[in-house]
Amino acid sequence: MLRFILTRVSLVIPTFLGVTFLTFLLIRLVPGDPIEVRVGERGIPPERLLELRHELGLDRPLWHQFLDYIGGVLQGDLGVSLVTRNSVFSEFVTLFPATLELAALAMLFATVVGLPAGIVAAVRRGSIFDHGVMGISLTGYSMPIFWWGLLLILFFSVGLGWTPVSGRLDLLYYVEPVTGFMLIDTLMAGEYGAFWSALHHLILPMIVLGTVPLAVVARMTRSAMLEVLGEDYIRTAKAKGLAGKRVIGLHALRNALIPVVTVIGLQVGTLLGGAILTETIFSWPGVGKWLIESINRRDYPALQGGVLLIATTVMTVNLLVDVLYGVLNPRIRHSR
Amino acid sequence: MKRILLGAGLGVAATLALAAPAQAAKTLVYCSEGSPENFNPMVNTTGTSFDVSLPVYNNLVQFEYGGTKVVPGLAEKWEVSEDGLTYTFHLRKGVKWHSNNDFKPTRDANADDVLWSFNRQWKKDHPFHKVSGGAYDYFNDMAMPDLLKSIEKVDDYTVKFTLNKVEAPFIANLAMPFAPIQSAEYAETLQKKNQIDRIDQAPIGTGPFQFVAYQKDAVIRYKAFEPYWGGKAQLDNLVFAITPDAAVRYAKLKAGECHIVPYPNPADLEAMKKDSAITLMEQEGLNVGYLAFNVTKKPFDDVRVRRALNMAIDKKAVVDAVYQGAGVPAKNPIPPTMWSYNKEIEDYPYDPERAKKLLAEAGFPDGFETDLWAMPVQRPYNPNAKRMAEMMQADLAKVGIKAKVVQYEWGEYRKRLQAGEHQMGMLGWTGDNGDPDNFLHVLLGCEAARPGGSNIAKWCYKEFDDLVVQAKRTTDIAARTKLYEQAQVIFKEEAPWLTVAHSVVHMALSKNVVDYKMDPFGIHRFYGVDLKQ
Repeated sequence: MLRFILTRVSLVIPTFLGVTFLTFLLIRLVPGDPIEVRVGERGIPPERLLELRHELGLDRPLWHQFLDYIGGVLQGDLGVSLVTRNSVFSEFVTLFPATLELAALAMLFATVVGLPAGIVAAVRRGSIFDHGVMGISLTGYSMPIFWWGLLLILFFSVGLGWTPVSGRLDLLYYVEPVTGFMLIDTLMAGEYGAFWSALHHLILPMIVLGTVPLAVVARMTRSAMLEVLGEDYIRTAKAKGLAGKRVIGLHALRNALIPVVTVIGLQVGTLLGGAILTETIFSWPGVGKWLIESINRRDYPALQGGVLLIATTVMTVNLLVDVLYGVLNPRIRHSR
Repeated sequence: MKRILLGAGLGVAATLALAAPAQAAKTLVYCSEGSPENFNPMVNTTGTSFDVSLPVYNNLVQFEYGGTKVVPGLAEKWEVSEDGLTYTFHLRKGVKWHSNNDFKPTRDANADDVLWSFNRQWKKDHPFHKVSGGAYDYFNDMAMPDLLKSIEKVDDYTVKFTLNKVEAPFIANLAMPFAPIQSAEYAETLQKKNQIDRIDQAPIGTGPFQFVAYQKDAVIRYKAFEPYWGGKAQLDNLVFAITPDAAVRYAKLKAGECHIVPYPNPADLEAMKKDSAITLMEQEGLNVGYLAFNVTKKPFDDVRVRRALNMAIDKKAVVDAVYQGAGVPAKNPIPPTMWSYNKEIEDYPYDPERAKKLLAEAGFPDGFETDLWAMPVQRPYNPNAKRMAEMMQADLAKVGIKAKVVQYEWGEYRKRLQAGEHQMGMLGWTGDNGDPDNFLHVLLGCEAARPGGSNIAKWCYKEFDDLVVQAKRTTDIAARTKLYEQAQVIFKEEAPWLTVAHSVVHMALSKNVVDYKMDPFGIHRFYGVDLKQ
């Protein structure tokens, strides 16, 4: 078991280095450095440009900058944002709970709706319900997040007035962040009105962000269930006279869940990627919106650090899923 | 809307513990377009960061609300010496500082604060010079280090600025956002606590609104400062709800979640005009988009060619297509909201036949080949240079001129234009201090025509240059106006540019917002605004 885990961890290292190098390089390939972006058409005297570039360390050769950066990262120092002059890590930590809260709820939504939909579709294979679920999930999977978000805002927030348009909490509340998770902070502060407001604000972004995982979970559950339902032991269970619900709930679902759990774990990457767009639409103060602004301002350290931390999160979750899978299913760890 | 107002009142009273009775508290919500870098306009260059610091600070002098005229700020009055080199400012007495958990002021604003604030930007050995990055872009851009000889405290309420040379726009420079007065006493307190970075993150100023809290990337809160020297603001609270997407800002306005919305999508303007719950305001921006002819290169050294091109392009059609209602054709190099704008000038008509005739006179009966440079990026004064270039290209083809569209990466593009590598090039400008000098001298003067200078027509015309240089050395506004009006006549005759357009800036407001004025500099100010209950 230990060897299995160690092999898994060792595979993470090259991925980690690759991500670091790619983000470092890609943002520098985008034309315009942080100073040029800030200056605009008023121009800057060449001496002053050199001076500023020197202060930011941009005048050193690229490989030198990269080594410095890697050196810092290995010591846990992600640098300082060129724009706000705050430490990148502390900015990330301030904003990440908002993203996490949104992503967790989106995943919950996807599972709670997707799982039963997939089961029912499998059990009533070929029915109108089955075709409906598969059609809708294909549409959901292909829906551009930006468009979908605006559509929901126009319908539910502007048209019906049921949900707030954007933001995380009604402006009349001010809750001092403790954990950074609004649902928890409002409860800790004893502000139940604020709690409801936070929940209310979560509905639309949760649906938007959860749509793609929902489609994936529903389709995966359906196909896994179909496979299991054709197994001999299901026929045996039915033959010995067990109730249909019991066969599906106890014998089929348990076995079908294994691939579904894996898929759910792998959706973390999709969720965090989708969060970037979702947060921009819903003015959600998380890391996604922060990264977009960092790109526009060519804030190299913030962007590099942010992408690296997100990649680390995704890798960690994937690693955990892998390990967990090995625990659940001994065949996996013995075959390597 | 009622829900929000009443709710805001109750909530704010409950959570911020304000003194005002709940129902009466007026909270204005402004849906701003982005997050600020910090709360100090000295170290920033973006409108977004100016907007968040303006409520907090005052300058020595300031622009009147909604205009470019300079009016007293922390300085009640000022005198300029005969030789134009010394400015003496008399400070207002009894000006109170804001306070916060770290700082309770013990004295009013005085000359020490003025010296402290200017020295922070000017002197490299100032203890706060390096704070927040220490790049004072505007201070340097406006050539303050070259201009300033000394700043002295005469007494507690009198400060004397001595300049190295006469510079009439100096007073307008001091009204720009980059020159706020910060509290020297607050700085000292932070130094003792070893928290000097806080000065730009938890700002203390003398302005109409006091900073309350900033939740990163989400909400900025201010409350009205009761003892403000100009009188307490009519609003009790000011809230910036950061909303980066224009479509979402519009949705929030419709849903009553904000009162004022900047930068609407051009595509939404028609719907906004029709909506009876929304007031749509518009104003020409303090900018100009233009096509410069490089007069150092053939055939543009011939004024007849430059005039012919001015007549060959259907400007109105270009502006309508490219700006889609968010721009007006320009005839002068300075925008119409600026003082000394010469209304009398007549633009060249669209007349391809006359253009052909002029070209023939200049020795090009069959036209010629040239390049036409277009920006690769969207700018406030030109939303789509590529499209504009293509339309111009088509118009020019009609008079026999074959123009090739050239594009470079944005930084490279500016560098090459300034070096004068082009024949025809598009660019534009957004005004800094509202002074015509900032356009006419900076963009068209001889000094800027050197390689690398911002006069990209490389047009150095003595008659014109004499006028704008003389205007720079004159402090009397009426006399300067005359000089600039004359300069615009010469500019039009000599046609170093095809003046294309001034963009039109829009603001959408909920109907219960009263007395909001659009700022010609494109900044958003809220002192003087009220809400109808």
